[in-house]
Amino acid sequence: MIQAQHLSKSFGNQLVFTDLNFQISDGEFVSLIGPNGSGKTTLIKIMMGLEKPTSGNLQMSHHTIGYVPQFRNIDNDYPLSIEQFIRLNNKFTLNPAKRKEQNQKIQTILKKTGLTNLKNRPLGLASGGEKQKAYLAQALLNDPKILILDESTASLDVEVKMQLMDLVAELNQKEHLTVIFITHDYDLTKKYTKRALLFENKSLKQVNVSDVSKNMFKMEG
Amino acid sequence: MLQYEFMRQAFIASTFIAITAGLVGVFVVSRNMSFLSHTLSEIGFAGASFGVLVGISPLAGMILFTIVSSIAVGGLSNESSRREASISAMSSLFIGLGILFLSLSSKSSSYATNILFGSIVGISSKEVQQLLALAIFVIIIFIIFYKPLAFDSFDHIGASASGLKTRLLSVIFLVTLALSVSIGAQIVGSLLVFVLLTLPGATAKYLAHSVPKMILVSVGLALSGVWLGLYLAFITNWPVTFFIATYEVIAYFIGLGYKNYKLNH
Repeated sequence: MIQAQHLSKSFGNQLVFTDLNFQISDGEFVSLIGPNGSGKTTLIKIMMGLEKPTSGNLQMSHHTIGYVPQFRNIDNDYPLSIEQFIRLNNKFTLNPAKRKEQNQKIQTILKKTGLTNLKNRPLGLASGGEKQKAYLAQALLNDPKILILDESTASLDVEVKMQLMDLVAELNQKEHLTVIFITHDYDLTKKYTKRALLFENKSLKQVNVSDVSKNMFKMEG
Repeated sequence: MLQYEFMRQAFIASTFIAITAGLVGVFVVSRNMSFLSHTLSEIGFAGASFGVLVGISPLAGMILFTIVSSIAVGGLSNESSRREASISAMSSLFIGLGILFLSLSSKSSSYATNILFGSIVGISSKEVQQLLALAIFVIIIFIIFYKPLAFDSFDHIGASASGLKTRLLSVIFLVTLALSVSIGAQIVGSLLVFVLLTLPGATAKYLAHSVPKMILVSVGLALSGVWLGLYLAFITNWPVTFFIATYEVIAYFIGLGYKNYKLNH
């Protein structure tokens, strides 16, 4: 469970948000929406321990977070294969038993994300959807209890978006993974999440997905 | 040729220089720091001439200058465009300083030529020992930090997201890069040390798809380059740096051609 009480954050005199109160249960699939610059990324950074709140507190029952950002520095010349890219997140070990365990885990994750047949393809030559799947697979290597998708679907075709989200929904259901989906996509929010957390006027509103409307997705504040 | 003491010393020194440069080079290329490694070698030139001026060894002067400036450049800015501009500004300043230091010290111009272009005859057994110690130090640092360094170098965003201390890793890398520049410059010279620090790594990028294989290819290319270079320099009396540079450039274009060929077939 993630629970925020009176959570506020400012950078110097610049207030990002104030008095956030919300709760996300284990295994929930929620979207985090609001205009650019409204504080979504700052909130995520606080969850990941990369920023500290100015006041209030955030309690989390699990701290292993898998984070899948939209952009990576992967150009066409990027040399590592999809499998080797995922492996970067492995812990270093010389213990043969542990290495075997790591290998098996990678094969399982490749299968789960539908990348087994593509594992030797250089990531630089993979399509946008395959790249996002590889980012997701790498994040899954830590056995996260919480998965944060930071606009991961933004640059993908509609069909590929759906494929990726179906995969995430499956993980959410089968493995009871809590998913926080940061997005500007109205259709995906409606289709996949039950609840949305909406940033508005430096505060956060909890909205049922049936009450989510298109004007909540205006990109600018 | 190995019956000559100076050639034996040169072979031992170059072997360790090539292993270090080949290893570090894979990370230089993946971190997009080719330009910085070039500038560091110019800063190394200033450091070496400073060493000559104040009466410490050129190697010590090089290490001092490259480490201080690599940390300064690393902390200067994370924005790559600004970093590029800052680096080129520093590069010009240090070349100027290097020339000033050399003209203030009363060493002959052949001394400057040695620092800039390298030399296989000038290396003493004591210097070889210093090079070996430094090279082994760099290799040990890489073994200790291999996993996090590889993660940060090949996927900086993923490494930050998984909570790695990327800033610390960057400083550790820059210090080892500075040391590698200082080590490598002893044979190939400060003007062309970046050849060994960037080209084998860049070629490896086209030929291998995992970090360990890239390191193998890169070290292999660096080693074969310096060995062949030394041999050809010995029999022709031409500068060793010329052969090394030519070999690595040819290997690079073969690698690039191979990659393009595979893309189209």
